[in-house]
Amino acid sequence: MSTETAAPVQMINVQIDGVWLQFPKGTRVIEACRQAEKLIPHYCYHPKLTSPGNCRMCLVELGSPKMTPDRKPIIGADGKPEIGWIPRPQISCAQDVSEGMGIRTNSPMVLESRKGVMEFLLINHPLDCPICDQAGECKLQEFSVDHGNASSRFLERKVKKPKSVELGPRVTLDAERCILCTRCIRFMKEVANDDVLGIVDRGTFNSIAAHPDRILDHNYSLNTVDICPVGALTSSDFRFKMRVWFLKDTSTVDVNCGTGSNITISSRENVIYRITPRDNEAVNGCWLPDSHRLNFKFVSSPARLTAPEVRPQLGDEKPSWQQALNLAAEALKRNAGRVAIIASGRATNEELFLVKRLATILNANVDILPRTGDADGMLIAADRNPNTTGAKLLGVATGQLAQIVAGVKDGSISALIALGEDATKAGLTEEDLAKLDTIIAADILPNKTTPHADILLPAAAWCEKRGSMINLKDRIQRLNRAVVAPGGARDDWEILRDLILAINGSNGLHNIDDVFKAMAQETPALAGLTLSRIGDLGVDITIP
Amino acid sequence: MAYIVPRPELTFKEKAYLPSILNGLKITFGHFKKMMRGETKVTMQYPEERWDAELPEHYRGAPTLVKDEHDRERCVACQLCEFICPPRAITIKPMEIPADDKFAKVEKRPAEFEIDMIRCIYCGMCEEVCPEQAIFLRKDYAITGITRAEMVHDKAKLYELGGVFKGLVHKWNPEK
Repeated sequence: MSTETAAPVQMINVQIDGVWLQFPKGTRVIEACRQAEKLIPHYCYHPKLTSPGNCRMCLVELGSPKMTPDRKPIIGADGKPEIGWIPRPQISCAQDVSEGMGIRTNSPMVLESRKGVMEFLLINHPLDCPICDQAGECKLQEFSVDHGNASSRFLERKVKKPKSVELGPRVTLDAERCILCTRCIRFMKEVANDDVLGIVDRGTFNSIAAHPDRILDHNYSLNTVDICPVGALTSSDFRFKMRVWFLKDTSTVDVNCGTGSNITISSRENVIYRITPRDNEAVNGCWLPDSHRLNFKFVSSPARLTAPEVRPQLGDEKPSWQQALNLAAEALKRNAGRVAIIASGRATNEELFLVKRLATILNANVDILPRTGDADGMLIAADRNPNTTGAKLLGVATGQLAQIVAGVKDGSISALIALGEDATKAGLTEEDLAKLDTIIAADILPNKTTPHADILLPAAAWCEKRGSMINLKDRIQRLNRAVVAPGGARDDWEILRDLILAINGSNGLHNIDDVFKAMAQETPALAGLTLSRIGDLGVDITIP
Repeated sequence: MAYIVPRPELTFKEKAYLPSILNGLKITFGHFKKMMRGETKVTMQYPEERWDAELPEHYRGAPTLVKDEHDRERCVACQLCEFICPPRAITIKPMEIPADDKFAKVEKRPAEFEIDMIRCIYCGMCEEVCPEQAIFLRKDYAITGITRAEMVHDKAKLYELGGVFKGLVHKWNPEK
């Protein structure tokens, strides 16, 4: 009988600052120190990239066990091997731990070496921190505080290098600030598989440049800005817009495709300034495509819908939310049995759950609008709806879209609810929409459906609401509110709840957590979950 | 715990009160006489008379922006003053200096720089925090206006009050 099990991971004994610990074989020394909560300052090392060991910042003292002439380790008085220390400092990023290895991370020699390396790194650095966008999240600043000198001993003129070089459409280089750690070069070569960056010129004139015939226009180019430890590579979009210490970070999820990359939205005073990837090994590692991270400008568009509107013959020019919802409920009751709902794959689970409730009450056909594009084999999925899985799970993605379109065209459907989607994209023409009895649209921006809407309800964008979504790998993740919706716009789930309320009376749902609770009770795949249990990194669920 | 306050034993003279009153009147009439002869002067006729010449060197009046000897705005819009300002009186909108500008090398300057003088508490933190020595508290103390908008000093007003400061930082001189 053969039992197939994975080979047991070999654990290696390592002494870090006098404490013996165990690490799996193949752990880098710098990683072992990080796990032991000894931070080693470093620039060129990145856990996702190879280690060239060129910044020399991660110097530590290393030692190996003293051996007897017959290659047996000498055991000390404490029963542990005695360590013979290498008399020079070693870099910790390019070496794996070995049995009986000794590491000193804060001995006088190590501290002195770091100080020396810092001084060299700052020789040609322009020290234009008041201008540099990286200030506040710059490793050079941070380690300079820990290991730097207050004044420079360098009396010669600093080397001048090109500033404000447009490496590509989205990345700007300041070569003077660069410390030549080559993280960007390695990222483009090893992760993006587009070896477009390199080092040109010799010696002290070394600088980063794109290949002469190429520009840095890869769709993952802005990741080089994230991993740049200094302010050399900056995002052209974020350049000089806002200092980072003003920004409020909100952990949420990207909604541009089914991958559901984890992101951090940085905003100040209700304005979004940038979106950066958030580490999640189960989803996107620490990367994010440029096309996804720059797609937030529409949120602050002046065209945003901010107040409910109804067709003039129905009532007030400026109806209250309650008036608009009552009118919608009346119209839906009038058309009972002939209602269709086009929901959105960009909606959260909570919204889709309420859509399903609404559809059941109205006995309506419901489906989501599919949205597809090309997958890039990395983080962009072919399904550009972020929550198709959730829509399928909650019974909203039914595949009835063609029937709905046919129903509208032949007149068997007389009322249409478009939730965050443009019905003309489903195959309906504007003439088809014009002949419907009632169109209720909830959206954030005007589109081809909104002019035909009898009742138009302003909704909230993805970064303005809480909720959950399930990505294509069945991982439920949480959205958080980074900014507040403009004017009188409301969360979609509130609109749906109030609409159901106006049609059907009380439903006991008062906040988003109630909605999730009700949804988890009715959906076996979500049993036992709450919005807070999903956490920042999400939870894998099993969908039957 | 109860604490008994010891009362002083008053003499007959003290109990009579009158001597104390007379003593007080003597002091009052003394001052009155000096005033009538013009020997003391206690009121300054502001605003006709001002104390400006005697303002100490460290006096903290209205914060202003200054230019350097090359007529360059010293401020590079680092927004540290906006960050440090305790009453949040400062609002800065940064911009990139266009490539054809004389000072394109500096890269950044404020597009808008506003100090709300209703909020300002004249604490001088902005001057202390400024890494470019661009903001100084000058000796203007009579900041008045009839509307709230008038009390917001914009960039033009701040440079008008601040003027030119020579020397200090040479970071942006062409030779450096």
